[in-house]
Amino acid sequence: MATSSTPPFTASEQSLSSTLPTIDIRGIVRRHGAVTAVDRVSFQVRRGEFFSILGPSGAGKTSVLRMLAGFEDPDEGDLLIDGQSMLGVPPNRRPVNLVFQSYALFPHLTVFENVAFGLKMRRVSSALVDEQVRQALTMVKLLGKETRMPAQLSGGEQQRVALARALVNKPAVVLLDEPLAALDQQLRQAMQVELKSIQERAGLTCVCVTHHQEEAMMMSDRIAVMHQGRMWQVGSPREVYERPCNLFVSRFLGVSNELPGTIDVSSGEDRLFQPADNEQAPLRVRFVGTEQAGRSATLSLRPEHIRMAQERPSTSDPVLSGEIEKVLFAGSDTKYLVRVGHDRFWETRMTSNASSSLFSVGDPVFLHWSPTDARLYFE
Amino acid sequence: MPSHDLSSPPAPRRSICRSGWLAAPGLLWMGLFFLAPLALVFAISFASRGTYGGIIWEFTATNYLDLLHPLYGKILGQSLWYATLTTAICFVLGFPLAYTIARSPARWQPVLLLLVMLPFWTNFLVRTYAWMIVLRQDGLVNGLLLSLGIVAAPLELLYTPTAVVIGLVYGYLPFMVLPLYVAVERLDPLLVEAAWDLYASRWAVFTRVVVPLTMPGIVGGCVLVFIPSIGSFITPDLLGGARSMMIGNLIQHEYLVVRDWPLGSAVSFVLMAIVMAAVALYYRHAARTAEALEGR
Repeated sequence: MATSSTPPFTASEQSLSSTLPTIDIRGIVRRHGAVTAVDRVSFQVRRGEFFSILGPSGAGKTSVLRMLAGFEDPDEGDLLIDGQSMLGVPPNRRPVNLVFQSYALFPHLTVFENVAFGLKMRRVSSALVDEQVRQALTMVKLLGKETRMPAQLSGGEQQRVALARALVNKPAVVLLDEPLAALDQQLRQAMQVELKSIQERAGLTCVCVTHHQEEAMMMSDRIAVMHQGRMWQVGSPREVYERPCNLFVSRFLGVSNELPGTIDVSSGEDRLFQPADNEQAPLRVRFVGTEQAGRSATLSLRPEHIRMAQERPSTSDPVLSGEIEKVLFAGSDTKYLVRVGHDRFWETRMTSNASSSLFSVGDPVFLHWSPTDARLYFE
Repeated sequence: MPSHDLSSPPAPRRSICRSGWLAAPGLLWMGLFFLAPLALVFAISFASRGTYGGIIWEFTATNYLDLLHPLYGKILGQSLWYATLTTAICFVLGFPLAYTIARSPARWQPVLLLLVMLPFWTNFLVRTYAWMIVLRQDGLVNGLLLSLGIVAAPLELLYTPTAVVIGLVYGYLPFMVLPLYVAVERLDPLLVEAAWDLYASRWAVFTRVVVPLTMPGIVGGCVLVFIPSIGSFITPDLLGGARSMMIGNLIQHEYLVVRDWPLGSAVSFVLMAIVMAAVALYYRHAARTAEALEGR
């Protein structure tokens, strides 16, 4: 090769490896018989990023994960890890490790032997195995349980072993398949925080598959929303939650209060939206675009953007009148189901202490919000 | 409701005792027709042979001491060797077969298992005679080899140790496949994927995960093949000829030809000791695995 005194080469190589995405997926397609499980999906994952693939069951997200792990190969497209194409590379030769939903711990091996498995398969010296397994077990707070069998551990502890078994290998990517789905609610929330902090401390690059939107939003740097084999939107949790690209994404990530209608003439810098239910007054909306008047659209609004009033507020903000249908006390929050039209209900929320006995079933109510908070989706 | 009603659950012990009586006919049958003859044979093994084949009831251990004779030692060693070889070949052939069946689509599994057991629908003696037709000088194997020009003269297959092992493997392969099938069927396929994901080669996946976790089936299958193999006498008699005598043939020979019942009885008990050792090994292993998996 070149002489040893070529710092520019080394430097450019370094900058290349730091800008190179850890995962680069280019238009992969995966078919199961007549069904296209994954349909032209492309995305990149940066080093140290926590990337979640979110979608309902059957969306194709597990297929993507299995293709990353190497258990399945895409029918079309390419899949690169650290700049290397992984097509035809078997799972045992890929720099990724999968944390299985059911953990898949080896029942005949102790906690130590489970965690050491990957290192031993790569013929790491036993002194180093010992040291690294201890490090990994310390990280997941399981030091002292090395000699236990998996059957002797609680669900949460098994989850930690599964995690340690993957991260001890220092893989380029840790793949997580519904990592917390098997835990009960309380443990699940504690593990969300812990998993995230382990990921940050160890600088892991994670790809996580989940159908749990709150979990995905709390843990991820970026979220990809999948549905029917397609990837609809990729972005930060705030981006996909606040600016969903379509009604499916909007509904999947949280409560989407919707109102069908048509877009109308301008009113200053805003446009007017006429609800299909003609008893409601036109609503001011703000959006970028030059849609013609008369075009039908659906207005969507998150519950936390809606304010409630007993009297019609004297404001230029959009106001929708309704009637309290149900009051649902949910601890810190109280949810209200408001009838805003025939067979159309919106959900609103107020913190419980502020709303105590303000509204009860049957009361008339006025919902108002800032024109910038509502989003319009054209058909 | 009085409180003592709540604190006295129905006693299961009593119901077991009561249903225990239902086992009495079976126990009686086993006692009369299994244990009693066995005790009789045990007694005979310490008696000695009369001049005309009768039994002289004088306690002696000579029958067992006679078995130390190199001739008997050779037959015993030969039997152990044939049975071990049969077990090993059955495992090598049976494991991939069992694995494939256990991992094939669920609706095919009963059909494939039925095919494995199909030979049992015909009499064992008839099937062994069929092997004689296959292996003899002008048989199917030699006919095929000759017509393909692989050999110039017909091979001597029948009445060789090879023929005995072929016959034994053929006869007892299903006994290996069935317990292996059950073990593989219970093995979580995700564990195989997990090992593969953790850098294990195909061979390492097999030796580090599949074998340890299907060990009960492996030991079970081996015991089920080894026991009937070591005691068989039809197969070595019909396919092996005089040179390939096994313990079973020796027992038959002593009882029916030489009419030395005491010696035949002693041989029977040696065979039984070997079989019981194999079974004990199996139970010890089964207990150990259960302990390990429950993590005691």
